[in-house]
Amino acid sequence: MNLVFAIIAAVTVAAAVAAMTLRNLVHCALALAVAFAGIAAVYLQLGAQFVGFAQLLVYVGAVAILVVFAILLTRGSEQPQQSVLSSGWAAGIVVTLAVLGLLVFAIAKSSVIRSAAPTQPDVTVRQIGEALMNKFVLPMEVVGLLLTAALIGAVIIAMKEEGKK
Amino acid sequence: MADDLDQIFVTIAHSIVGLFPGLWQPVVSAIISISAIIGVFASLFAVTTVFERKGLGRIQNRYGPNRVGPFGFLQPAADGIKALIKEDVVPRSADKVVHFLAPLAVVVPAFLVYTVLPIGRNMVLADFDAGVLFFFAIGAATELSVFMAGWSSRNKYSLLGAMRAIAQMISYEIPLILSAVTVVMIVGSLSTTQIVAAQAGYHAIGLPNWFVFTPWGFAGFILFMIAATAETNRSPFDLPEGESEIIAGYYIEYSGFKFALFFLGEYMGMFAISGLGITLFLGGWHAPLAALEFIPSWAWFFVKLLAIIFVFIWIRGTLPRLRMDQLMNFAWKFMLPMALINIISAAIWHFMPPGYERWLVGAAIAAVSYVLLGLGLMHGKKLEKRTYRYAE
Repeated sequence: MNLVFAIIAAVTVAAAVAAMTLRNLVHCALALAVAFAGIAAVYLQLGAQFVGFAQLLVYVGAVAILVVFAILLTRGSEQPQQSVLSSGWAAGIVVTLAVLGLLVFAIAKSSVIRSAAPTQPDVTVRQIGEALMNKFVLPMEVVGLLLTAALIGAVIIAMKEEGKK
Repeated sequence: MADDLDQIFVTIAHSIVGLFPGLWQPVVSAIISISAIIGVFASLFAVTTVFERKGLGRIQNRYGPNRVGPFGFLQPAADGIKALIKEDVVPRSADKVVHFLAPLAVVVPAFLVYTVLPIGRNMVLADFDAGVLFFFAIGAATELSVFMAGWSSRNKYSLLGAMRAIAQMISYEIPLILSAVTVVMIVGSLSTTQIVAAQAGYHAIGLPNWFVFTPWGFAGFILFMIAATAETNRSPFDLPEGESEIIAGYYIEYSGFKFALFFLGEYMGMFAISGLGITLFLGGWHAPLAALEFIPSWAWFFVKLLAIIFVFIWIRGTLPRLRMDQLMNFAWKFMLPMALINIISAAIWHFMPPGYERWLVGAAIAAVSYVLLGLGLMHGKKLEKRTYRYAE
């Protein structure tokens, strides 16, 4: 663990905690954007340039904007009067601990950590593109079709109905 | 001699780095490059503001700034001092933290994108394998900072301006990226230096091997520059500011140096996206004629950049502002289909054998799609000479 990773991790975790605990919803969304950017920085630090930049482009550029728009268009940015902690926090802790225990158990049992750390592959964008277009062309096409269908569906839902007044 | 001049900045940077012990050299090298970029482009910003005001004055038949210094060229210094000593007014109900952070969040990405622009031979700060993607990824972060500025001011005009800006930026980002995709397809790389290298050399008739001189490249360049104008909120796409409707949009509640930072960020964004346009379509730092190659490469980059800035100023002084529905119709009904057709055109160009046939096919695709899409956009609209009832 080096210093750069420590700084990135601290910022990311702090932003994630802030996203959950701040009172103002827009502040939470902005903190979430910082957390997204922190994850992108982790990818970059691991040498995964393409994934890091795509994370920035998709999450900070698009998803964060979408979240902000959703907040502004639905319940407004007024601060909540009651506590941000929900009343069922005790049950929440139990569920969280259960999920954590399950994850730790699964990771400890898996064979991935027992095998030696793989040497870092030198992946270029060209290799990613060729893999997408040759080996994984069918999944990519299916995802593309799904997104197009979702887009058309969104337009149809948003369209005014002509007959009904 | 020409080579010495061409590499003069690289040599100077290397000799300065050589003065430091080995461990410090990467840090010193980065600091030198970063301060050079900030210094050069911030000075270009100062010069451009004078040129813009004088150019607009010329177009609008008035003088423009001519009092401070010779021909008014010290005006930016006066403006800067004024911005620094002005009171920084923050509205009482504003969200203090976000209001403070927003100008910084505008300026930092605007400077970050210069990392991947090759401004001369061997003069690029970081040659990423996915350089073009880096540019767009960092550029996308600007939208959030615009929202921060608009929302934190607690002013309905600034929120309206921010919403307009975000809608416009998201809409025009798609044609912007799609028109850049053609170049990435033909070069087969996202690295900016390789894209510039692919445009080296000259055609038989003396034209340089730039992508703008191909049918798909020409259409792509025009689409790219229109989308870039919208992306940087320049006139005629300056609805987010809209002085006559929403006063100044998302930076209405900013004063003093924070306002100057917004101004700086806007111009930095304009230079950066023009630089990317030069890199993708105008051959980067390559000279336009083989006989002119003795002029250093970095000079060519800045000559092209100033030419594009001149066109931006010219357009600003000439065209009226669009309406919101015109803006959206233009983005979704013209720019987007045109950019998609242009990608197909580039693919056909790639697979056809070299020769005049592919020029004809490419030009035909561009012309036919332009005419048909233009007719579609005009459909149902009466276009005739405007008649005035009272003014004549």
